[in-house]
Amino acid sequence: MQPEQVEIQRFLADYSPFDELPDDALMTLAKQVEVAYYVAGSDILSYGEPVNDLFVVRSGAVETFRRNGELYNRLDAGGIFGQMGLMMRGRVRFPTKALEDCLLYCIPADLFNDYCDQYEGFSNYFEVDNAALLRQSITDQTNKNDLTTDKVKSLLMRDVVTISKEAPVSEAALLMTQESVSALLITDPDKPIESDPEDDDGQAIGIITDRDFITRVVAESLDLKTPIGQVMSTDMVVLDENAYVYEAMLAMLRFNIHHLPVLKKKKPIGIIELSDIVRYESQSSLFLVREIFAQQNVDGLAEYAKFVPDAFVRMVNEDANSHMIGSAMAVVGRSFKQRLLELAEESLGPPPVPYCFLALGSMARDEQMLVTDQDNAIILDDSYDAALHGEYFTALTQFVCDGLNTCGYTYCNGDIMATNPKWQLTLSQWKHVFSQWIENPDPEALLHCSIFFDLEGVWGKEQWATELRRHVAVQAKDNRKFLAALARNALLRTPPLGFFKAFVMEKDGRHNNSINLKRRGTAPLTDVIRVHALAIGSRARNSFERLDDIIAANLLPEGSAQDLSDALEYLSIVRVKHQAKDVLQKVAPDNNIEPDNLSRFERRNLKEAFQVVSAAQNFLKFRYTANASIKGTKH
Amino acid sequence: MSRSEAIPSDWLHYYGQRAAQCQPGMLFDFYQHGVLHPDTPIAQAPMVAMDFETTGLSVDEAEIVSIGLVPFDLRRIYCAESKHWVVKPEQEMTEDSIVFHGITHSEVESAPPLESVLDQVLDAIAGKLVVVHYRYIERAFLNKAVMSILKEPVLFPMIDTMHLESIILQRQQHFWHKLLKKLLPSVRLGHCRSRYNLPHYDAHNALTDAVATAELLQAQIAHHFSADHAVKTYWV
Repeated sequence: MQPEQVEIQRFLADYSPFDELPDDALMTLAKQVEVAYYVAGSDILSYGEPVNDLFVVRSGAVETFRRNGELYNRLDAGGIFGQMGLMMRGRVRFPTKALEDCLLYCIPADLFNDYCDQYEGFSNYFEVDNAALLRQSITDQTNKNDLTTDKVKSLLMRDVVTISKEAPVSEAALLMTQESVSALLITDPDKPIESDPEDDDGQAIGIITDRDFITRVVAESLDLKTPIGQVMSTDMVVLDENAYVYEAMLAMLRFNIHHLPVLKKKKPIGIIELSDIVRYESQSSLFLVREIFAQQNVDGLAEYAKFVPDAFVRMVNEDANSHMIGSAMAVVGRSFKQRLLELAEESLGPPPVPYCFLALGSMARDEQMLVTDQDNAIILDDSYDAALHGEYFTALTQFVCDGLNTCGYTYCNGDIMATNPKWQLTLSQWKHVFSQWIENPDPEALLHCSIFFDLEGVWGKEQWATELRRHVAVQAKDNRKFLAALARNALLRTPPLGFFKAFVMEKDGRHNNSINLKRRGTAPLTDVIRVHALAIGSRARNSFERLDDIIAANLLPEGSAQDLSDALEYLSIVRVKHQAKDVLQKVAPDNNIEPDNLSRFERRNLKEAFQVVSAAQNFLKFRYTANASIKGTKH
Repeated sequence: MSRSEAIPSDWLHYYGQRAAQCQPGMLFDFYQHGVLHPDTPIAQAPMVAMDFETTGLSVDEAEIVSIGLVPFDLRRIYCAESKHWVVKPEQEMTEDSIVFHGITHSEVESAPPLESVLDQVLDAIAGKLVVVHYRYIERAFLNKAVMSILKEPVLFPMIDTMHLESIILQRQQHFWHKLLKKLLPSVRLGHCRSRYNLPHYDAHNALTDAVATAELLQAQIAHHFSADHAVKTYWV
């Protein structure tokens, strides 16, 4: 005789997703169920413990909690819990307590997994449910992170204080004292207000800070009657009121300034100061950067370099998105370079000719992660004479590259470093080299493209880097031959999916059964995105910003740029989390993930992301290289 | 066997005796399995909830028509290992009893006699602590059936959830209620369960009732007793 669990079967049949199951499957399920009784107030699941069942509330009520103890959900008859744990490595994600005396049906994990595989309706329920849960939990966590959700306008404590450019410096100093502010905006009453109100900047033409008084007024023994307009800074870095606090932080770090005017519809409405942000974020990469600049030698820098992984892990734990993490790590890397260059100039003396030190690749894209080598180069003034100045720049670049290596930014395997004479060129020579690469995209040139086309000035004549980017953008845009070659090149690194959409593992012997997320995922994606960006003449450096430009240009079919953005974010976040985990486990972080260690849920998402990469590559092939005879298409 | 019939006070001794006396066969095997040591904490006891459906309430006239068994412990009830038999009684079933247990003539007609499943039943409960709701039915009907088939009695310790519930209710009863000899609330299975927020079960079959009994014991112990108590404080 077959035991019949009539009551259990009848009960389950009334609730989703069990109502999706065929009768015989439901009967089998009812027979496999284990039953457990919990008294009100008792713990059912504790955070992090193994979970081997899917739980269904038969009677009574339970409460699930977030890790920090906040109530997450309340479930009564028919409510299901434990699925997140089952899908995420079999550990409890949401601790659960009995709110009332309750009777639970426990469905063994194996059966749950079997049914997810066998019955689409059943597994859809958990996928949909979990996607929603996941989104919910990410949103909730983000809400707790002030930096990512608070806008700069929320930091503004008072109205902006302005003064006319004609006013003497003494009057400006008095006004600052009376208003107790550390910065003033300078206005030009004669400046015509544009007829377009959208373009009215409120006549603000510059900014003066307390520090400017020291360096430009007192130190220069300036006459106190000097008009303030003569000592103000005119290259104002400003922020829209809707910018997030983290953007303000990054802007301050990047431009090494402590005051940022905030604009509303282009009109200044206030100034935020470094101290405003410090109040917000007391333990962060911001402080790391401050300490980097306070170090007096390479050994000191190397000491602080040890904290980089901690700052990285902290951001990951705070659920920062990959753009924020990539930017912050890039700012930190840039700071090491800048401080090393300052130290080099201190010991070598001022440079004999102006130069610009360049960051290349991921640092230039603001997509830096923890595992990175140094890719850099140097632009020299056109008056550079190797015989006269060579020795200085040899010593300078050697100092910086050695210093970076000491600080954990290992030497570049391909020798793309400022120490390599090949990459010490004058601005004119650089323009020529880029033009050559674009005109004659031979394999070696293309090899360099993916690194050199993402460039940023980090020290010295930084505007030269901008000039070089403009040069590249103008030349590459509409250059079909070059774009086709670059597109072909972007197809060389394939996502790790086999014919039947199974993962194809790395075969390099050292990382068997693993997938290199950078080589197979994020790098091919940034390659694809770069080709599209160059095709439309975008000068953005960051892949997400490039995607914004690509969307604005309507270059890709509806929605597919968003897919690229989502896939890049997902792959980056998996990479970031993998590295953070390595740091916590005190092993050397790398880019190799083992699909066997992922939950089904993660594996499924990963495959989807790789399929987006694959589709994007196919589109690239079709768009730029498919048929040379299709001419006259735009871009 | 009537309610007044003597039940051994020392189960260890009784099992030892029976294991020595029984002829090789089903009962010999059953007693060979032994009984839980009386000092075993209830939390460590492997248990099995048992329920019978019968053709009537009088043990002298009625017979077993179905048996439900489900193994469990204080943590979980293991439905995957539950067992359920419908057996064919010697005598014709009356219409009344069909209404009560819902087992029809045709189901019973195609069922085997108890004799042919008895060894499986004894196997399933051997070495485990049997839990029932109202012990007089299961104890008496099984003993009578075994006597008629094997010509020997079968007795073993049982936890009776109805008995436990009476103790609980008496403890909770105020002394003036006792003075006034006020009636205790109902100790029927469904009523007991509702006091512990256990769901109402519509289906009346031996297996559902066995599961319901196991759930009730988990709830009773969680609320009123300790998981550390020795089994001897519970069994009768």
